[in-house]
Amino acid sequence: MVERVLQAPSQYWMLIMMWVRSSMAYPASFFLMLFSSMVLTVMDFVAIVLMFSHISSFGGFSLPEMGLLYATASMTLGIADLFTGSIERVGERIRTGTFDAYLIRPVPAFLQTAADGFALRRLGRPVQALVVMVFAFSRLDVDWTVARGIMLGVSIVAGSVIFGAIFVLGAAFQFVSVDSAELANSFTYGGQTLTQYPLAVFGKEIVRAVTFVVPLAFVNYYPVLFLLGKPAPLGLPSWIGLLSPLVAVVMVALASLAWRGGLRRYRSTGS
Amino acid sequence: MSVIELSDVSRAFTVTSRAGLRRTRREVRAVDGMSFTVEPGEVMGYIGPNGAGKSTTIKMLTGILVPSGGSIRVAGVDPSRNRLKLAKRIGVVFGQRTTLWWDLPLKDSFAVLQKMYGVPLARHKENLATFVELLDLGDLLDVPVRQLSLGQRMRGDIAAALLHDPEIVYLDEPTIGLDVISKARLREFLAEINAARRTTIILTTHDLDDIEALCTRVMVIDHGHQIFDGTLDGLKSSQSAPRTLVVDLATSLPPIAVEGATVTKVDGPRQHLTFPPTTSAAPLLAQIAANYPLVDLSVAEPTIESVITQLYAPASS
Repeated sequence: MVERVLQAPSQYWMLIMMWVRSSMAYPASFFLMLFSSMVLTVMDFVAIVLMFSHISSFGGFSLPEMGLLYATASMTLGIADLFTGSIERVGERIRTGTFDAYLIRPVPAFLQTAADGFALRRLGRPVQALVVMVFAFSRLDVDWTVARGIMLGVSIVAGSVIFGAIFVLGAAFQFVSVDSAELANSFTYGGQTLTQYPLAVFGKEIVRAVTFVVPLAFVNYYPVLFLLGKPAPLGLPSWIGLLSPLVAVVMVALASLAWRGGLRRYRSTGS
Repeated sequence: MSVIELSDVSRAFTVTSRAGLRRTRREVRAVDGMSFTVEPGEVMGYIGPNGAGKSTTIKMLTGILVPSGGSIRVAGVDPSRNRLKLAKRIGVVFGQRTTLWWDLPLKDSFAVLQKMYGVPLARHKENLATFVELLDLGDLLDVPVRQLSLGQRMRGDIAAALLHDPEIVYLDEPTIGLDVISKARLREFLAEINAARRTTIILTTHDLDDIEALCTRVMVIDHGHQIFDGTLDGLKSSQSAPRTLVVDLATSLPPIAVEGATVTKVDGPRQHLTFPPTTSAAPLLAQIAANYPLVDLSVAEPTIESVITQLYAPASS
């Protein structure tokens, strides 16, 4: 088990490099795709900028603050999508019977499924998010300390892990219901759309749901509130923004259990 | 030491069928109390009608499926518990679908497999050179798998399954959909690998020529039960399939009367007669020649197909 975990990064790297090499067979096409994926995601933020030409504050957030919220949402989803997004194809593989091919290889099926068709062009979203983040910080008056810098970095990693765990949970559910890929998408891609806005504007019920049920608020909202020194909603303490890594650990544990359960179901009840 | 040991292995599936709003669940035993052993270097043909449990057995032997009862040991380990470890020692080809990467050129797929299985580079190159030559893959290495024809893809799949020098190879219908020449080439290749490396080969097939060309042992299963295990000759002689006598007469006649044989088909002046394998053809011929204007004749031995059809018949009725 320990050995398997230690080997995982190099095995995963080997698998994604294979896909990168194959996409680099057509470099022009690759860069065009990367560029178009960046342009497409930029349009998201342009919509927010246009909105702010009519209003000066949205849910207590100024444009640069919205920019930070947007950038962290987009970056965390982008990173998760890059590394684990392909896992949603597992249902398709189960249906066509090609999932068996993963189970005869000496590499865990999880790594093979997560790396399946790894597309470096998905880097477009995190890169675009980085540009927006730089813009946001250039306009924001944050009192930078080493601790705050680390906190931002850790939160982005934790947020990406939370989105990644949701991708995996969705994939695990496809062992039960093969056609449920869209369900997971509503929490991941849908979640990104939700978390790019100050969640408080959606009302208390939504805030409760994304805090206690599907912890999307920990992806970026609470950390950003903490970073900007804004109070947390629902009377929650402001240090709740520091709990993202803990939530990420819990989500990984859940996702891992679900994936194992799904795989066990596949192997013991048959398809 | 046996390389594969099955003892009382069963595998049940729950099938849910829907009639209107009612859902009924019923348990189907795809494999039911199967026991056998395979020795290193054996080439075993594993045959049976569709749904007999062939693929289910293969999946249990590779560790993909967990048996619902009994115990399996492959290369000394329990496949379902040691799936990842066992994977390095076995090769698998699913004839109906590729285990290669659809979008990658064949040579990239092979390169990934080399890393995945940790095959020393020198050994990998040696194997690759051998397979490229024997399977005539030279022109195909740069072609993405999705663009290969079925026969080409199958050759690629078989090379991929053997690149890590597996001790055991499972081939699930490797010749399905191939033309006669591709089939012959594949069989030749497998025979060569088996002879040169003592690789144990388990082959499921519907094509009995595969069995005839390759297998030292045949196992026939039906409804999850083993109904025959032995040599091909043993299989042929185990069943008393009727022989056929075809006679060409000078003119078209109504069915002729011959003692010890019955006419099954009249086709103009040609008539087909069947007679039990215990009877000799000579007295029948004498009878016909004495009573009818006989022009030509031939005797057909029972085909393996008919032997096997007979085997299945009692189990399925």
